[in-house]
Amino acid sequence: MPVQVLGEILSIRKVGAYQAVTVVAPGIAELYRPGHFVAVQVGGPESSMLLRRAFAIYDVQSRGVYGGTVQFVFSVHGKGTEWLSHRKPQDKIDVVGPLGKPFRLPTTPVRATLVGGGYGSAPLLPLAVALRERGCTVDFVLGAGSADKLFGQLDAKRLAGVIAVTTDDGSAGERGRVSDVLPQVLERTNSDVVYACGPMAMLRAVTEIATARGITAQVAVEESMACGIGVCMTCVLPVRGEDDVTRMVRSCVEGPVFLGDRVRWDDVGTVPADALGAPTGGH
Amino acid sequence: MTELTVRRDVPAPRPRVDLSTRLAGRTFPNPVFTASGCAAAGQELDQFFDITELGGVVTKSIMLAPRSGRATPRMAETPSGMLNSIGLQGPGIDAFLDKDLAWLADRGARAVVSIAGGSVEDYTQLAQRLRGAPGLAMLEVNISCPNVEDRGQVFACDPRAASEVVSAVRKTMTPDIPVFAKLSPDVTDITAIARACVDAGADGLSVINTLLGMAIDTDTMRPVLAGVTGGLSGPAIRPVAVRCVWQVHQALPDVPILGMGGIRTGRDALEFVLAGASAVSVGTTVFGDPMAPVRVLAELAQALADRGFERFSDAVGLAHRPPEAALPEGPDPVGDPA
Ligand SMILES: Cc1cc2nc3c(=O)[nH]c(=O)nc-3n(C[C@H](O)[C@H](O)[C@H](O)COP(=O)(O)OP(=O)(O)OC[C@H]3O[C@@H](n4cnc5c(N)ncnc54)[C@H](O)[C@@H]3O)c2cc1C
Ligand SMILES: Cc1cc2nc3c(=O)[nH]c(=O)nc-3n(C[C@H](O)[C@H](O)[C@H](O)COP(=O)(O)O)c2cc1C
Ligand code: FES
Repeated sequence: MPVQVLGEILSIRKVGAYQAVTVVAPGIAELYRPGHFVAVQVGGPESSMLLRRAFAIYDVQSRGVYGGTVQFVFSVHGKGTEWLSHRKPQDKIDVVGPLGKPFRLPTTPVRATLVGGGYGSAPLLPLAVALRERGCTVDFVLGAGSADKLFGQLDAKRLAGVIAVTTDDGSAGERGRVSDVLPQVLERTNSDVVYACGPMAMLRAVTEIATARGITAQVAVEESMACGIGVCMTCVLPVRGEDDVTRMVRSCVEGPVFLGDRVRWDDVGTVPADALGAPTGGH
Repeated sequence: MTELTVRRDVPAPRPRVDLSTRLAGRTFPNPVFTASGCAAAGQELDQFFDITELGGVVTKSIMLAPRSGRATPRMAETPSGMLNSIGLQGPGIDAFLDKDLAWLADRGARAVVSIAGGSVEDYTQLAQRLRGAPGLAMLEVNISCPNVEDRGQVFACDPRAASEVVSAVRKTMTPDIPVFAKLSPDVTDITAIARACVDAGADGLSVINTLLGMAIDTDTMRPVLAGVTGGLSGPAIRPVAVRCVWQVHQALPDVPILGMGGIRTGRDALEFVLAGASAVSVGTTVFGDPMAPVRVLAELAQALADRGFERFSDAVGLAHRPPEAALPEGPDPVGDPA
């Protein structure tokens, strides 16, 4: 069960193009599993920004003098993240979490490839730790627009057998996209499963590559969210269920992690005509 | 552990004010409700607080058949508000009765079920399906829907169409269940629609639904919402909502009103009450603050106590008193936070 906590910021530091915030939030660490996210209030109590901002959890600590902390990594995107970037240690922020369905972990010690785009690698690093605890071997493919937008490369090196890096501008690793190198990595490692987090176009490409090899991809999507807790219905995308019926499902409670091949990538942003309850002409 | 955090799982103790409120013959333990479409069917919020503590849980408008809703983006944040074009996504009445209403009944919550349709017949059938359903405390008729039989003209904007729907629902639903009609502010004279609904048998009125609005992305130079237009809600609309409650209460002082539109604090709720609302719904605020309904309830109780009220019902419509009128024994307009 998620909790709502008004917690003090312990640290806020710059990491390349991003900032990493650690906030005191008892009750979140105990329930956390990799893939969960938090929803953060921005702008203070009289804020004109009513909606929470979602961030993937990068790290949690359940013990220590502060009785539980949560860390997330963000880039300045609009007004809310801009406000967040000006917070100082000891400021308080209101955090709700842990939210969403986490990554499912394999029950046997398999080989897993983790694909992160930009800050999308943040939730994959604790996932790698959890996978290794289960005896899995982990390989990483990290990509970003430029070197400063790669996150967690050092951690990934420590945790991974193989690590491949791409940037759009060639400022680090190979010039290109993660999808350019992923087929070779999967070939070389003979991975059993792929996990990915990053932009929607990347998740789609990763899913296609994994599916072509006959392995599953679990992907963490990023849809615009107003509440993060399942009450508003803004964050939906078309997903095929086990019964093969397509539904507009809430990515905040039924996701953000989905089996890649269940997401109707072609139809994201639309309501496919065969979705349950889709308009039948007329209205 | 150090005193660094405030865990918000325990609302402050409530001062001793009689908070009970009567809505058309039915008594609710307190006047704070959720708003339709802002609390799903209560289960998610029950993780954050005990939903049976609320006066009632107003569920997302339900239609006869499952409905996918509109394409995304469905949401745009605006100054102190938001636009939404969800398109009434929902599981349809059968699944709603089996899962959602059954859960609310088991949980012991007072369910205010909101219904929506595209024709008078839809509304009648919905009321039929809900007759005698356990857990049902009240019916809210969302008439801000396009009438498929009248070129998509919205029921709530046409007194005749609104009255047909309300009368059909009232005739179908058992008399013990109050039927409230939910009004749209997007009309020239909200009291004309209010009167039409009451004449057709509405026991009370929910005031207000969202205002039609729009935002354009100046980068893509296209509308932000896939549905182009959407409903504006949140504190941005509060003055409009207070005005509507005021006008409706003035025109129909004996008709109970469930007031809503941008309520964020107990003081905001009190504003609606003074304008004439016998109960309030907390909507959009929940998205930013899942604990908001119980917080607003505690704050409202405190605000009433601060002003010397012993009974919530004494505050309803009090702002309408003539300028020279004395306040009843007890209430103190200045406020005395003793
Ligand atoms: C599950 C999930 C995990 C995320 N994890 C991270 C992360 O680890 N690091 C990071 O930097 N960003 C992350 N994001 C994206 C982050 O939520 C947005 O960048 C942020 O909400 C933008 O807020 P803003 O006020 O700066 O922008 P604005 O454009 O002003 O925001 C306006 C509204 O739109 C919503 N919104 C806008 N863009 C997005 C978006 N991309 N995703 C979701 N909602 C959006 C906001 O919540 C807000 O309600 C995540 C999003 C989701 C859904
Ligand atoms: C996302 C969203 C969905 C809504 N869905 C419904 C609905 O299904 N039926 C309805 O009668 N009103 C619906 N409303 C309107 C609210 O119930 C309420 O009347 C309005 O938002 C004003 O109150 P608020 O400012 O507190 O949100 C919805 C509002 C929002 C923001
Ligand atoms: S963000 Fe509100 S339901 Fe998912």
